[in-house]
Amino acid sequence: MAGSVDMLYFFLIAVSASFACLIFSAIAYFMVKYRRRPGHEQAVPTQTHIGLEIAWTGIPLLLTVVMFVWGAKLFFNEYNAPPNAMEIFVVGKQWMWKFQHPEGRAEINELHVPRGQPVKLTMISEDVIHDLFVPAFRVKKDVLPSRYTMVWFEATRTGSYHLFCSQYCGTQHSKMGGWVDVMEPADYAKWIDGPGAGEPLAVAGAQLFQKFGCAACHLAQGNGQGPSLVGVFGRPVKLASGATIEANEDYIRETITHPGVKVVAGYQPIMPTFKGLVSEEGTQQLIAYIKSLGSENGVKNP
Amino acid sequence: MTNTASAPQMPRDHYLNGRYGLKSWLLTTDHKRIALLYLVSVTLFFLLGGIYAALIRLELLTPYGRFVSDENYNKLFTMHGLVMIFFFLIPSIPAVLGNFMLPLMIGARDLAFPRINLASWYIYVLGGIFTITAAVTGGVDTGWTFYTPYSSTYSNSAVITMAVGVFITGFSSIFTGLNFIVTIHKMRAPGLTWFRLPLFVWALYGTSLIMVLGTPVLAITLALVGLERIFHVGIFNPAMGGDPLLFQHLFWFYSHPAVYIMILPSMGVVSEVIACFSRKKIFGYKFVAFSSLAIAVLGFLVWGHHMFVSGQSVYAGMVFSILSFAVAIPSAIKVFNWTATLHKGAVIYQTPMLYGLGFIGLFTIGGLTGLFLATLGVDVHVHDTYFVIAHFHYIMVGGAVMGYMSGLHYWWPKITGRLYPESWGRLAALIIFIGFNLTFFPQFVLGYLGMPRRYHTYPPEFQVLNVMSSAGASILGVGYLLPLLYLIWSLRYGPIAGPNPWRATGLEWQTSSPPPTDNFLETPVVTDEPYNYEAKDMDSG
Repeated sequence: MAGSVDMLYFFLIAVSASFACLIFSAIAYFMVKYRRRPGHEQAVPTQTHIGLEIAWTGIPLLLTVVMFVWGAKLFFNEYNAPPNAMEIFVVGKQWMWKFQHPEGRAEINELHVPRGQPVKLTMISEDVIHDLFVPAFRVKKDVLPSRYTMVWFEATRTGSYHLFCSQYCGTQHSKMGGWVDVMEPADYAKWIDGPGAGEPLAVAGAQLFQKFGCAACHLAQGNGQGPSLVGVFGRPVKLASGATIEANEDYIRETITHPGVKVVAGYQPIMPTFKGLVSEEGTQQLIAYIKSLGSENGVKNP
Repeated sequence: MTNTASAPQMPRDHYLNGRYGLKSWLLTTDHKRIALLYLVSVTLFFLLGGIYAALIRLELLTPYGRFVSDENYNKLFTMHGLVMIFFFLIPSIPAVLGNFMLPLMIGARDLAFPRINLASWYIYVLGGIFTITAAVTGGVDTGWTFYTPYSSTYSNSAVITMAVGVFITGFSSIFTGLNFIVTIHKMRAPGLTWFRLPLFVWALYGTSLIMVLGTPVLAITLALVGLERIFHVGIFNPAMGGDPLLFQHLFWFYSHPAVYIMILPSMGVVSEVIACFSRKKIFGYKFVAFSSLAIAVLGFLVWGHHMFVSGQSVYAGMVFSILSFAVAIPSAIKVFNWTATLHKGAVIYQTPMLYGLGFIGLFTIGGLTGLFLATLGVDVHVHDTYFVIAHFHYIMVGGAVMGYMSGLHYWWPKITGRLYPESWGRLAALIIFIGFNLTFFPQFVLGYLGMPRRYHTYPPEFQVLNVMSSAGASILGVGYLLPLLYLIWSLRYGPIAGPNPWRATGLEWQTSSPPPTDNFLETPVVTDEPYNYEAKDMDSG
């Protein structure tokens, strides 16, 4: 990604520099050649030249179309993570980053990732708007308190890279950062089982699912007071309002905090809110658990 | 130019000596005196904003943040932005030079609503008092952008006082815009058709449209922040059921067009100055005139380019990207036409012209780097970094302030009746140009290397470029202090200017300097197209 962003960047520099050169040398040339001096006291009248006006409107217009298409293509890629990307959950809060690997290991202000593997970060904030920025990978994305945002990258070289918060978030904004450590895949595999590794996210989620009593209503067979959650993730869900919504991370999070808003068709709005009871980390564990109950293909995840 | 045969004389009666005393100033409805009230006030705010900037650059000399605390640093850049934008840049050219010149340039005795004009200054001062109050009662740490939910819930600083200050000041620019629009429509001298209007007037017209249409949105947005902060009505904070991105949409709907409030008047000034000191008609008059309106209209449709990484939909991003490219075209048209105006001219390098050429150079760089930010894939990387800081300072300081300095020197003889010292003027223009580039060019590099904006401490590898930038800022500071000194000096000791020291066309030069209270002894009649310098030089030459 860094390479293709840089390529477009250099193209922009080339276009800008040639325009700047053109304009500045014309100005410099005219400044010298047409300076008022004895023997040249009078300006020579010139007429507005319609051909020139069209040329210097049309050519920049064409160039900007090239810039737009090229930039938009890159942007679209940045939006869509490859399906094989490994997913890491991120919580931003004043003023630290928490990273949760699906295997269970969590870390703060430091993110370990394997080289040569697309990594997708699913991010949320506990308070104000933050922004996760890794200059070396040419990616950044705001981290909102209201819903999940996503950013992905694939590191191609091992090493440590700066990680910044780039959306102003209060007193210690400039200290809300750390490092992305890119490791060889084998080293990463060792690291992920290293000291401090907790339970896998989905297992922790399953425990929460029991602890909060979710399992009492959301029976797997679909005969409970709440809909079955098996195989629901990533699938369209019909709501009581008649609308259809994709059961993604945002929808699951919203039904945990505001269960009455988007009730599944055929069910009563009887679910109590868990706002304030389940932390953002807990919500992520529950999402991981629900995901593990089946993907959009109906295939049970290992 | 001092080649006139007899030394010019000060006119016996003019707007400055008609009446005396504090009351004659504070209760004046003369647009020229109100312009001077504005001149003094915006200069004071410029100094205040400059002090904030100096402290910021001083702090960034080292990466470790040793000079002020995190909290105070955040307040410094917030106050710098708020003061410079709302209390200097937005009122600077319209309320000072526009106020003074607009009636003179269209052959009118005053603006359409002289009392509203005076009211606008009082409102500005009231807003300013709130701002100073906010500054001395602890300052504000939200950034000038007041992003929610930080501003509406989390910040522990004087957000409400400051928002009230900005809210109030908005009305002064609404009043000014309203006054200008009516004046331009209704009070042009006989024969002064739309296409005989000076381009500065066209630019002020475009600016006024934005002021009148955009400012109310900012006012409402800040009122909503207040509502959430004081009464906990959930509008922007998701914890209360609000949407934080809604704030950004509303805020940038005003604040992006506000950039054009700052730059359009400068473009107008530069059009006057380039024509006068090239001794030529402006090239492509209608293209320059209509591009001002195109910028004013398109400027309202590009706010989403501030939100490419905010979580806005990918398709919205694409629409805003293409519209942002579109707004670059009318700016490019202006630059090309100004350049073409020099062709076959008889170019004179007086101070206003030096600032005018400096404007073209810096604005061109500012505009071209704007393309980088409109390009989605590249913006993702440079968004919220020093690249953006450099870009908008090239537009607002390199563009808007250079234009303001150009106009101030160009019309200074008209305003005061005296010339400023020319060689000091040229020296200061040169120092400002060099200091500016040294300050802000390294910031483009810093941004691409990844230094985020609003950072109190930063990784040590960015120090060299930051030191360069701070060094440039000190040169820039000297450059701005010089005009302050020599312009004040010239009030007493400057050579008498006479009615038209630049031998310029335009109605404002047909009356004495300083003009009489009623501007013209008899209403001028316009029979010629604007900027007919070739004919003027032919007659006198």
